[in-house]
Amino acid sequence: MIIELGHYALVLALATAVIQAALPILGARLNDRGLMELASSAAVACFLLVAFAFAVLTFAYVTSDFSVRNVWENSHSLKPLIYKISGVWGNHEGSMLLWLLILTFFSALVAAFGRNLPETLTANVLAVQAWIAMAFALFILLTSNPFARLVPAPGEGKDLNPILQDVGLAIHPPLLYLGYVGFSVCFSFAVAALIEGRIDAAWARWVRPWTLAAWTFLTAGISMGSYWAYYELGWGGWWFWDPVENASFMPWLAGTALLHSALVMEKREALKIWTVLLAIMTFSLSLLGTFLVRSGVLTSVHAFATDPTRGIFILAILVFFIGGAFALFAFRASHLKAGGIFAPISREGALVFNNLILTTATATVLTGTLYPLVLEALTGDKISVGPPFFNMTFGLLMLPLLFAVPFGPLLAWKRGDLAGVSQRLFAAVAIGLLCGTAYYYFMNGGPVLALFGIALGVYLIVGSLTDLALRSGLGKVAGNVAWRRFSGLPRSAFGTALAHIGLGITLVGVVAVTAFETETVVEMKPGMTVDAGGYSLRFDGMRNGSGPNYTEESGHFTISRGGVTLSEVWSSKRLYQARRMPTTEAGIRTFGLSQLYVSLGDQINEGGIVVRIWWKPMILCIWGGTLFMMAGGFVSLSDRRLRVGAPAKAKRPKSVPVGAAE
Amino acid sequence: MTRKQKRLAIIGGCVGFLVLAAFLVMFAFSQAIAYFYVPSDLAKADVPPGTRIRLGGVVEAGSVNRGDGKTVTFTVTDTLSGVPVTYTGILPDLFREGQGVVTEGTFVAGSSVFVADSVLAKHDETYMPKDVADRLKAQGVELSGKETIK
Repeated sequence: MIIELGHYALVLALATAVIQAALPILGARLNDRGLMELASSAAVACFLLVAFAFAVLTFAYVTSDFSVRNVWENSHSLKPLIYKISGVWGNHEGSMLLWLLILTFFSALVAAFGRNLPETLTANVLAVQAWIAMAFALFILLTSNPFARLVPAPGEGKDLNPILQDVGLAIHPPLLYLGYVGFSVCFSFAVAALIEGRIDAAWARWVRPWTLAAWTFLTAGISMGSYWAYYELGWGGWWFWDPVENASFMPWLAGTALLHSALVMEKREALKIWTVLLAIMTFSLSLLGTFLVRSGVLTSVHAFATDPTRGIFILAILVFFIGGAFALFAFRASHLKAGGIFAPISREGALVFNNLILTTATATVLTGTLYPLVLEALTGDKISVGPPFFNMTFGLLMLPLLFAVPFGPLLAWKRGDLAGVSQRLFAAVAIGLLCGTAYYYFMNGGPVLALFGIALGVYLIVGSLTDLALRSGLGKVAGNVAWRRFSGLPRSAFGTALAHIGLGITLVGVVAVTAFETETVVEMKPGMTVDAGGYSLRFDGMRNGSGPNYTEESGHFTISRGGVTLSEVWSSKRLYQARRMPTTEAGIRTFGLSQLYVSLGDQINEGGIVVRIWWKPMILCIWGGTLFMMAGGFVSLSDRRLRVGAPAKAKRPKSVPVGAAE
Repeated sequence: MTRKQKRLAIIGGCVGFLVLAAFLVMFAFSQAIAYFYVPSDLAKADVPPGTRIRLGGVVEAGSVNRGDGKTVTFTVTDTLSGVPVTYTGILPDLFREGQGVVTEGTFVAGSSVFVADSVLAKHDETYMPKDVADRLKAQGVELSGKETIK
């Protein structure tokens, strides 16, 4: 009964979305307040209905109600509770429901916080959100109904794919979707602006917090997914340029560009049309990602669905929204008043440079991701585009941007002084090179390029700090004055610096791991010792064990350095009973920022086993950097001037020096 | 700079960068992609030694030889013909005789053995790599779920 209520709530949500999609737009046209105000209540109602449906599905999972086909296919009564809950979105139907839930959640947020927006804008934005909600609610109800029953109900479920039975599944998809789907708000704002044919700096100020929030969550989601793949798959890699990874990376790149272009629009009223286009493109890439991942055109752990009607349905949604938005853009963009022109050497110029490179890089990732699909459709040839392609194109194209990052915040608006800024960054370059060289010697050589890679990362970190130091007048004024200025800096300045520092930290990690990691594949018998990264690993033997729904064989290793025993590590292979599926549970030990990573292979005779041991220097920097980026996002979001609905401060305090504006 | 010059500088810079990116992409496509073959394609297609390709098919039952532990040899087959493959390292959890697999690597000059540096057999025990399934189906080999090809 309760299951049918959930199903019914979803149908009601669709009906609410239809109302929300049609009437407010009409209201905005006719200037009818009643119709426009309908949008907010409809958005909240729609969210509550979807949330109820989602809660019902969760209830079915928790109580292991195998009369629901979706639960039977993806759950098992012996599964630990947390995986029963996270298993709700560990399958196609449930994950689409989560998608819809987060979409309607954002609509409800716009309704709740959008009181300060002009009412026609709120009405139009919520209507566009409802169009998207409508499409996905229809998709779920027609092709992927999670509430479908199974008669007679089986006694036991088929269990969840063991790779997904991890705490990562509880965190990664919701965070990723908060980012992915969060960009729908930017899209809706852009389409609403096109419908109204009016756009100004205030529009950019309203869009920026949404972009920032979505971007921050997407950063978290991607980073979490990368770390999850790293420790769970047992392959020791943290990024594979897999199409599914690219599907989330492209909206991130475009979203990063959007963050920066909205800044120009807000401050200088320039790049208006471009920002609108970028907002549309970012969410289009999110939709494309959903299509790639959910349609089954790619084979990957994320591709639950192989039903072709689903693929065609999502493709139709994709074509409708992307095509529709671009058509609207083509018709209406000329109505929007173009912004001013500016000097190439200026803050605006630097941000345009950022946008140019980020969008070009997005385009190369898009090309590399779609080319195999297109080629197969046209010629039937099957190819794979792997890391070498992306390193050669994306990697090279991003280099100039990485070098330019610290310049951006130091350049003044309107007309910047490139020579002066270069001078101020001299120290950052010098410290970077020094650290790069020191690390290079510490690692006893390696590729010389790695020296410059590390140097670039450190330069990014120091360069971003330079901006803060200069703004607070460190070294020029007395210490307490500098401190007062420092603490008086706008939050967004700290946000920028944190995010850029994070980029530098991630870069250092990427370079160090790529250049200096060591990998040993070795046959070990108990008592044997292998060296990796200056540590010695002794294999002690195997042990059999079991968990709630699996059995495992674990190898025990003792780690020592210079004869001193430091630590131990277990590495196992598990066999999940319900699916008879083996998985690798890598053994990982952290030393500072570096890790030893031990993965087991096949057992050979006389108690021996094949072992793969990696030494991953500085690898934690990769994800540590993304933590800084997220912190930057949240700090910026807390900036008073950006807070949704907060009235703009009339004047900034006089003590902040000129050039510190932003 | 005048307004016109500014605009020219910005547009020129953008176009220049895009052209550079396009060149890079084309160059990378000519260098860094791997074509996918099944064993019976290889007789027709002349793959020069050293060219990276992906070779997919089914691991022939009884062909897996663990050698000295680290290096494994096995035969990848599409039922019409088979190719011997060597691989040094740890095979994926789901690597099994009679199951679909995709290997990536090169042929060494003067030898018919395919030296793989990566072996993919991932994610699900009923999983047949899509590329493999498509091609085998095209050749009239019926596959259903876990079916083993003898």
